[in-house]
Amino acid sequence: MEKKNKHIDKTKKVISIRELYKSFGMNHVLRGIDLDIYQGENVVVLGRSGTGKSVLIKIIAGLLKPDRGSVNVLGNDVATISYSELEQLRLRIGFSFQSSALYDSMTVRENLEFPLLRNSKHLTTEQVTKAVENALEAVGLSHTIDQWPAELSGGQRKRIGIARTLIMQPAIMLYDEPTAGLDPITSMEINDLINEVQERFNTSSIIITHDLTCAKATGDRLAVLLDGRFVREGTFEEVFASEDERLKSFYDYNFIT
Amino acid sequence: MHDASMSLKQKQPRRYVFTGKLDAFFADVYAFGQFIARFFKSLFLPPYEFKEIVRQCYSIGVKSLPLITLTGFITGIVFTKQSRPSLSDFGATSWLPSLVTIAIVRALAPLVTGLISAGKVGSNIGAELGSMKVTEQIDAMEVSATNPFKFLVVTRVLATSFMVPLLMLYMALLAMMGAFVNVHSNEQTSFVSFIENGFHTISFLDIYSSFIKSILFGFTIGIVGCYQGYNTTQGTEGVGRAANSSVVMAMFLIFIEEIIVVQIINWFRMP
Repeated sequence: MEKKNKHIDKTKKVISIRELYKSFGMNHVLRGIDLDIYQGENVVVLGRSGTGKSVLIKIIAGLLKPDRGSVNVLGNDVATISYSELEQLRLRIGFSFQSSALYDSMTVRENLEFPLLRNSKHLTTEQVTKAVENALEAVGLSHTIDQWPAELSGGQRKRIGIARTLIMQPAIMLYDEPTAGLDPITSMEINDLINEVQERFNTSSIIITHDLTCAKATGDRLAVLLDGRFVREGTFEEVFASEDERLKSFYDYNFIT
Repeated sequence: MHDASMSLKQKQPRRYVFTGKLDAFFADVYAFGQFIARFFKSLFLPPYEFKEIVRQCYSIGVKSLPLITLTGFITGIVFTKQSRPSLSDFGATSWLPSLVTIAIVRALAPLVTGLISAGKVGSNIGAELGSMKVTEQIDAMEVSATNPFKFLVVTRVLATSFMVPLLMLYMALLAMMGAFVNVHSNEQTSFVSFIENGFHTISFLDIYSSFIKSILFGFTIGIVGCYQGYNTTQGTEGVGRAANSSVVMAMFLIFIEEIIVVQIINWFRMP
């Protein structure tokens, strides 16, 4: 699926990160990061494994606390808000995990119902069922509704994981390595799904990946994370027009090998 | 400059208060204490996960019944069979119901139920939460605005604290039945006579203390399993380690608690 010309509202920042630092012991993972995400924009964060890409989105979702700096998400500073405010904010953030993170002890239906039943208690059983069916239909997996996560393929698990986040109609989607461990065809389907989700639900997204095909297919803008800092930002073509050897080797490795 | 100062910092040798292992042990004890404190803090704050507590009670209690039935009945038979020759030497086999009842109610039922539950339930909780942790299911729960500590930990610890005492009572009953089968087959004692003889020697304090002990054992099994599972690291290897540590640590603590509670009860028992 081709990326369509879409409207990115450059006046409305949904995520604004300033001077973000995060360390684990003596391992300084993020060293002063600045990043803005605008309404309707898909931003790809590229980088090698272990450069802190996943740490970045876990801080945005409030799963990790930053050591220093501010992370403003939809007008809330995630580092300083209370737990109940963070829970309210999380209802507007969809997080697609690298491992899909489907609850093994629940069927696909129960996985999708879980966030809805806990956070939208006013809904009737019919409304919940309808919402589950709609979310599954959006990812093209309506037939899996009564299956267990163990019965699904890797690609299907990713899609169900995305459906589980879509059910809460989030304003922001965070994708952690959406194509990791998938074959090229399934990866392409996931890339298409990410674009479809953006168009259909008008979400803003951060896509964490080291897969350049995914970055090219889904990103309106790329930010390359190296040694805990963003070394380059721009469109795919702008980023890889750079003479920086580290970027060149990253490109060559992805497209030549 | 910034990086240079940091690399200098990295080269400094790490300092320990005692030794590396001892420091890690005390850090672990402190973290476990914090985990218990967090449990009690979360226990009284809404939302209360009643539905999940009932589901866990079913999973922990009802599903343990076959194992408890078998071990309880066999424990009763074997203990009676082993005690008979010693009493027989003194011509005191009529004391058998009393001896067996004291042993079962005061010690065997709570201890055996605790140890069996530590093996079955504790390892299950450790492995389940451990695997949820390494596959990011706990994080997924958190980002869908559900407090995983309340949903996963508080419910399981409450369920083990409720169900282990009930399983203990059930096991005591089954062990008494086993003992009766053995006594009846040798002495043709009636069930009423066996029960009268047995319960004549125990007091309410015995049953009460065993019940309290079982609540403590249940709490220990739940909190240790949850602590180990919730703090699992290093992938699938970590899950196996969490399940194993849940059992070993819970059993160790159960024996320590047994000694302490017995001492306290004996103070009450003294005339």
